[in-house]
Amino acid sequence: MTQTTYLGAITSTLAAAMRADERVLVLGEDVAEGGPWGATAGLVDEFGADRVRNTPISEAAICGVAIGAAQSGLRPVVEIMFIDFLTLALDQLVNQAAKAHAMSGGQLTVPLVVRTQGGAGQRGGAQHSQSLEAWLVHVPGLKVVMPSTAADAGALLAASLADPGPVVYVENKSLYFRREDVDDVAPPVPLGRARTVRRGRDVTVVALSRLVEESLAAAEALAADGIDVEVIDPRTLVPLDLETIVESVRRTHRLVVAHEAVTQGGFGAEVAAQVQAAAFDELDAPVVRVGAPFAPVPFSPPLEDAYLPNRDDVAAAVRSLAGART
Amino acid sequence: MPDRVGELAAGDGLALLRTMWQIRVFEERVGELTRADEVHGLVHLSIGQEAVAAGVCGLLRDDDVAYSGHRAHGHAIAKGAPPGLVMAELMGREDGLCRGLGGSMHLVDAAHGFYGATGVVGGNVPLALGSALAGRLRGGDQVAVVFFGDGAVQGGIFVESVNLAALWGVPLILVCENNGFAEFTPRSAHTNVERVSDVVAPYGVERDTVDGNDAAAVREAFAAFLAAARAGGGPMLLECLTHRLRGHYEGDPDRYRTLVAADEWQELDPIRRLERRGGADGWLDDAARAEIEEDARTAVDEAAAFARASPFPPAALVTGLVYAA
Repeated sequence: MTQTTYLGAITSTLAAAMRADERVLVLGEDVAEGGPWGATAGLVDEFGADRVRNTPISEAAICGVAIGAAQSGLRPVVEIMFIDFLTLALDQLVNQAAKAHAMSGGQLTVPLVVRTQGGAGQRGGAQHSQSLEAWLVHVPGLKVVMPSTAADAGALLAASLADPGPVVYVENKSLYFRREDVDDVAPPVPLGRARTVRRGRDVTVVALSRLVEESLAAAEALAADGIDVEVIDPRTLVPLDLETIVESVRRTHRLVVAHEAVTQGGFGAEVAAQVQAAAFDELDAPVVRVGAPFAPVPFSPPLEDAYLPNRDDVAAAVRSLAGART
Repeated sequence: MPDRVGELAAGDGLALLRTMWQIRVFEERVGELTRADEVHGLVHLSIGQEAVAAGVCGLLRDDDVAYSGHRAHGHAIAKGAPPGLVMAELMGREDGLCRGLGGSMHLVDAAHGFYGATGVVGGNVPLALGSALAGRLRGGDQVAVVFFGDGAVQGGIFVESVNLAALWGVPLILVCENNGFAEFTPRSAHTNVERVSDVVAPYGVERDTVDGNDAAAVREAFAAFLAAARAGGGPMLLECLTHRLRGHYEGDPDRYRTLVAADEWQELDPIRRLERRGGADGWLDDAARAEIEEDARTAVDEAAAFARASPFPPAALVTGLVYAA
């Protein structure tokens, strides 16, 4: 076992990929300096400025350059510093990267990884704190990855780098610096396989990113009251491992979906819809969603703290279901 | 602008003329087939602008990458895309370049280095930059070319891309077809900058403005940029002043501009101009001219027949190519 952080796993996975494959290059604002959190720290020293390319603050062009480079045989990794700024690159991502393969009848491929990070809790205000993954899930052709642990951060980044198409890899800034023991030789994790983080009998909680840990904390608190919670981290939103979720619901008959994004139009709605379509008869109660209120992330610390979905919200949702009987 | 009087070898002149005739006849047929509801969707013809496609693409290799915008049939054909496959694509058939999933605004022929058209104005400019960068990083002498209209220049992505291309010094040649109209609006109503080549001047991009209806002039100016880009230079911008004879799209009532009179068009038409030059230079006589036109007409007949014989794609294709395997 080795101790690492979520961020450290990202850096070491990038370095390993660049060592193994000279087609891999990193582009983004300040990446040669390591970026604001240090995700690309030290890469320029080992791989040089040609492969660790600083760019101007031109998100759309950065993304477009990477798409063109990918179509021409490289394997670029773009860093969009905050997911809030992915809005500036969405035309390129949605209209070009996502569609190139299908629209060309399979002639073009875009092996591109877009790394970005979202999440609130750091007083960043409404334009540096969003969780926008649901927008990406809506676009055919994009895969969407959201790791919640250091081990998965490394393994899923490696899987994303090996994928032949465009993958958006969504990190969470609040997870970057937590230390974690990881296996020295970890098995690869394919995109599209969920992880059952905690086994339980009574209620299934499907949680994304930071809400995985919050849901685990809720589960521990609920265990004291005799409520046994199963926690599932889908890890990739597209493709979604619906089978693991449905298998769990067949045992628990109750489902909570928890994420930090606003509830309205969020990924929880998609999970709820897919589960009811696949296993309506297995549900003893309506699916409950946990998410943020339908409002921009507030700045003032007490307001932001109250806004953020947390373990108490998950626990309350589970309790509302635990009483439901067939 | 007067015709340039630089050298034009007989073989090069004939090759230019063949390509321009091929595009002209092909697009006239596409217009007819659009009205007959055999070609579908939004169709933007480049009739009148063929000298740019022919002058540029005639100098490129298959491993040079070209991108275009929504008015792209001519660029695809000039880059080597077989007309039958282009026509089948425009008809939505399985044997089309993109198996019927792309259509007029999304033509791609990767085998000939045509990485494609896009329906988003200016959207392919950074992609061409990325392909140019990839070529340079992999140690080759390939270049990337992107065709766009003057309407693309007012978009942010254009400025972002020009800045980055100049900063990195990549072998990208920007080819602007300045036909004076962004969709239905004259350039003067969209910007105070008359010449597109002036837009890139502050970035230190090498630039030239030529008469885009003079195929020899386009070829000569592009050849100079191409040689420099192959030798490690770039980026450059070639602005070709041209004229779109037809509306913005097939069906456009064209009420926003004064149409060019037929006799005036005889003077402007890039094909007639090159033919006059060929006659004056002695490399084209009436028989050769007629044969070139006839060959183009035969080729488009064959292309249309091929396309009509191709089936519509199977429904399973819709979801089968969403993700690369």
